Amino acid sequence: MLTNRFLAMLDARGRIFLGVILAAIVLVPILNLVVPTGSSLHVPTWLVSLMGKYLCYAILALALDLVWGYAGILSLGHGAFFALGGYAMGMYLMRQIGARGVYANPILPDFMVFLNWKELPWFWHGFDMFPFAMLMVLLAPGLLAFVFGWFAFRSRVTGVYLSIITQALTYAMLLAFFRNDMGFGGNNGLTDFKDILGYPVQSDMTRLVLFLLTLLALALCYILARAIVTSKAGKVLVAVRDAESRTRFLGFRVEHYKLFVFTLSAMMAGLAGALYVPQVGIINPSEFQPGNSIEVVIWVAVGGRGTLVGAAIGAILVNLAKTTFTTGALAPYWLFALGALFVLTTLYMPKGVIGTFAEWREKRREKAVLAANASTTPAE
Amino acid sequence: MELKVTDYLLYLDGVSVAFDGFKAINSLSLTIEPGEMRAIIGPNGAGKTTMMDIITGKTRPDTGDVLFDGTVDLTQLDEAAIANLGIGRKFQKPTVFEMHTVEDNLRLALKGDRRVFSTLFWRDSTPEREKIDRILDTIRLGHLREASAANLSHGQKQWLEIGMLLAQDPKLLLVDEPVAGMTDAETEATAHLLKEIAKDHSVIVVEHDMAFVRELDCKVTVLHEGSVLAEGALDHVSADQRVIEVYLGR
Amino acid sequence: MGAGNVPGRHPEREIDMPTFRFPSDRGALVAAARLLLILSLLLPLGLTGARAGALDDAAALFAADSFSDTAKAIDLVAGADAPHADAILEALADRRLFVSADKKLVFKDKAGAAIDALTGKKLAAEPAGLASVRINNRLRSAINNAVGQMTLQSPDAAKRHAAALAVYKSRDAASEDGLRAASRVEKDAGIKTVQQLALAAIIATAPGKPDIDRLTAIEVLKDQGDRDALTPLNLVPAEAGQGVKDAAKAAVAEINNRLALWSGVQNAWYGVSLGSVLLLAAIGLAITFGVMGIINMAHGEMVMIGAYVTFVIQEVIRQNYPGLFDYSLALAIPASFVVAGVIGIAIERLVIRHLYGRPLETLLATWGISLILQQAVRTIFGPTNREVGAPSFMSGSFKLGLLDITYGRVWIVVFALAVFLAVLALLRFTPMGLQMRAVTQNRRMAASMGIRTARIDALTFGLGSGIAGLAGVALSQIDNVSPNLGQSYIIDSFMVVVFGGVGNLWGTLVAALSLGIANKFLEPFAGAVLGKIALLVFIILFIQKRPRGLFALKGRAIES
Repeated sequence: MLTNRFLAMLDARGRIFLGVILAAIVLVPILNLVVPTGSSLHVPTWLVSLMGKYLCYAILALALDLVWGYAGILSLGHGAFFALGGYAMGMYLMRQIGARGVYANPILPDFMVFLNWKELPWFWHGFDMFPFAMLMVLLAPGLLAFVFGWFAFRSRVTGVYLSIITQALTYAMLLAFFRNDMGFGGNNGLTDFKDILGYPVQSDMTRLVLFLLTLLALALCYILARAIVTSKAGKVLVAVRDAESRTRFLGFRVEHYKLFVFTLSAMMAGLAGALYVPQVGIINPSEFQPGNSIEVVIWVAVGGRGTLVGAAIGAILVNLAKTTFTTGALAPYWLFALGALFVLTTLYMPKGVIGTFAEWREKRREKAVLAANASTTPAE
Repeated sequence: MELKVTDYLLYLDGVSVAFDGFKAINSLSLTIEPGEMRAIIGPNGAGKTTMMDIITGKTRPDTGDVLFDGTVDLTQLDEAAIANLGIGRKFQKPTVFEMHTVEDNLRLALKGDRRVFSTLFWRDSTPEREKIDRILDTIRLGHLREASAANLSHGQKQWLEIGMLLAQDPKLLLVDEPVAGMTDAETEATAHLLKEIAKDHSVIVVEHDMAFVRELDCKVTVLHEGSVLAEGALDHVSADQRVIEVYLGR
Repeated sequence: MGAGNVPGRHPEREIDMPTFRFPSDRGALVAAARLLLILSLLLPLGLTGARAGALDDAAALFAADSFSDTAKAIDLVAGADAPHADAILEALADRRLFVSADKKLVFKDKAGAAIDALTGKKLAAEPAGLASVRINNRLRSAINNAVGQMTLQSPDAAKRHAAALAVYKSRDAASEDGLRAASRVEKDAGIKTVQQLALAAIIATAPGKPDIDRLTAIEVLKDQGDRDALTPLNLVPAEAGQGVKDAAKAAVAEINNRLALWSGVQNAWYGVSLGSVLLLAAIGLAITFGVMGIINMAHGEMVMIGAYVTFVIQEVIRQNYPGLFDYSLALAIPASFVVAGVIGIAIERLVIRHLYGRPLETLLATWGISLILQQAVRTIFGPTNREVGAPSFMSGSFKLGLLDITYGRVWIVVFALAVFLAVLALLRFTPMGLQMRAVTQNRRMAASMGIRTARIDALTFGLGSGIAGLAGVALSQIDNVSPNLGQSYIIDSFMVVVFGGVGNLWGTLVAALSLGIANKFLEPFAGAVLGKIALLVFIILFIQKRPRGLFALKGRAIES
């Protein structure tokens, strides 16, 4: 019964998507560990880490698609939730360093010793415990989103106004986290991590496991998102997106629906950030840059807004392109390419890769149906 | 038990609202009996849509009382709360959820628990499906059940919206220009349908089309410059000198 | 404060000096001045004989290398009146004064050349066994005083001014006579005021002065009324009469009041200045976003382009017609308006036109354009900051009460208001403005009346962009001209427009000024960054309370 519902929830696209993830979970460890280094099939650890990073972006894009694609909330501040989750993880990793820091202080992270702080600020307590830190990974962005959304949605701030104030939100966070006395390492952020749950962060095995966990998280987030958008609540969200005031006149509390999906999406973004930090080894305030958050939007737009799978694919495609560009001779032209991507996608491919493909297939099918109809029944 | 202030289903008294100094509604008083059907006519800018906005909570009046069911002060509630009290509204420009199928449009409108977590864990049920089937029959869209609402014709969208009103099963229906853009045959069918609905609901219809209003055969209220100009049977008000002036005089 | 008591200085009031009262009639004054002149000419002559001896004695004392002997030696050098005496003392303060192995006094100039302290002549070779003369903090202040004394009557006005200021700060009673002498012959009113203040500071704080003089001194300090005047007023000696103490206390209270007032005025001025920058950056946006409803994320880049146009024009002028440098900004104003405006029109025709009615897509596309423009400028001009000079009429400052006002800021405020009024007039009184308003209010009606709406759209967007270019001219004067210039203004500008109410230029003006002023008043309490965060949070909350801004339009028309 439950499996039936689960399968009914997934469309063909979703099944392929989950199938690919499953295949990756099985294949990547084999290609990384079993296949010898010299082989052309061998997947080196740096590549595993790079893919892990892309997958974190994919989760972030999925989170954004849930609010933008289905509820019409264009958040230009999802980078802030991502970064908050990342900071929560970073704080755990900092506490794990213990006395191995440069100043060898068993409690205080190096930057606090450097700033001459005598004791741990109150909000750093508890982060030495992994479960607490993981709770904060979800709660910190979730709470921010809830409070912000509670104000914003209740007073019916919509459309571009909402976008602009989400951007102001992440900008304010950027300024705040740059300050040394905020207690998050200021400009340099949190880095020089040693180990996670006792395993060294840098080791090949840890990296592989983190990659697999990210894959798993992506799959779970996708299933959760899919469950929401296929439920009646998901239909309400689409109704809100397309005709907000009409939905209200039907008796739905639009602000509650928005608040629910916005908070959930922020938690997803936080999770993505938490998985991202141990894999890249650093979290600093630049993650709050408004530009970062807008870039997430273009991932979703390229892949296809309101398709979930498209968002994840868009994130991976754009970042693949970014890596290719910025590591080669083309580096100075990356921003031209990214800028052009923004313009061209909105002008010529508003439905993104997935949407355009689906549209093309739909047209072909309709043609086939029309042809079939024409041959059997005469026109009315 | 709250004391009923009035027996009327809807009771407006001395309602005024101004936008930037312009009085859209000027000390308007209007009462609707339970089970009554009422047509509201009036020239452009008479305040018909603003009156609907006030009843449904979209606009707050500056002064005046708006009571529903004799007990509930509608000026204190928002759109969703008013809708859940049992006031349904059809807009002048048909607004349906274009991305959803006809069936889903009705399903969303269907009376039921509207809270987030109950819709999240909502399951399809037979009585619900049967009710949707009945409404689809009534609005003659059964064959388009799976079609996306965006692909409906203008008249079909009008009917779908009326169907959504039926699914909501409200005590009071506010219907804004239901036959705009309809063919004569469709108009006649719509009048028939509304009369059918009015048997067990209160209905307020705002309309320009005099033939249609005549078809409805109910009490008529003429609005002008935000207040009631005349009230009574259609023949009675159309003989009223002031009404003629307002419609033809200028 | 009494009605006649204008804050500020009273140059006409001088201290009555107990040892020398100004003669009341003019003839006697001239006579006294003449006497002084003769004396000052004679004095150096009379001292010529003693000079060499004083420096010799000083050299012996320096050689003894004990702090107390060095202190005496400093007095001797100061009294020696040798032309290079101040150079010796400055060398001592910098630890460049040495005693050689054969007990000769030698100092080195800043370049490191050895000079004979007795003659002031350069030595051919550095003497052997140089040991520097040690000093401590007490000696350092003695040196400063001595130098101050010597420079009080220096022929160089800047030196005299600095010396008088130094005494004002140190309140060294030993300088009193020198100060009086200097004050008597001083011609420059500004320097004379400082000398009078320094005297007042000494008289107010030194022991053993008659109360009547102290009261006058307190009065002078009170009229000066700045922060420096507070210190001597707080240091009135305990022996002074109750009246003096009360007067000092009252003066302190009054000065504190005045300081608070002026710091408020200063914050307000800084706020207006910041507000006018915000206004400049936001007017263009108020047109594209407020009037047309287009979210132009590349607006900041239009500002940046305006700044670069200014830079280019200034470079061309600097290299080809250096004499016209002061006019470079005047040329940059139309040029940046046209360049940014044309780019704006191109963007509207090529991209935005296709996205009308899809605000979120417009936002994304214009963000992409902003990335392209930034990178283009980075490719052409490099990623580093470019220097844009200020023309002469914009550099310098003037004093208003206790406030230093730079001309640059004044011009920017004037420029911002001029641009604002020009735009207002353009929208209200010109046919183009009328057509713009018509198109934004009812596009179809405007089109059916023969207005070419597409052309108006392009022109309106061009106007908004051109105004952003103008903002760039102004910002080039106060900010770094770099490819990132626009980024730092885009969020602020949006906040201003949204706060002021969309579609309302007056709202933009009020919002820009009030945000600027609020920012500057928050800064002293919260610091620059926290103040900014507080304002952002405030606006975020404000928008949620009044989603349509301060001056919102009401009614059914805006609902759609």
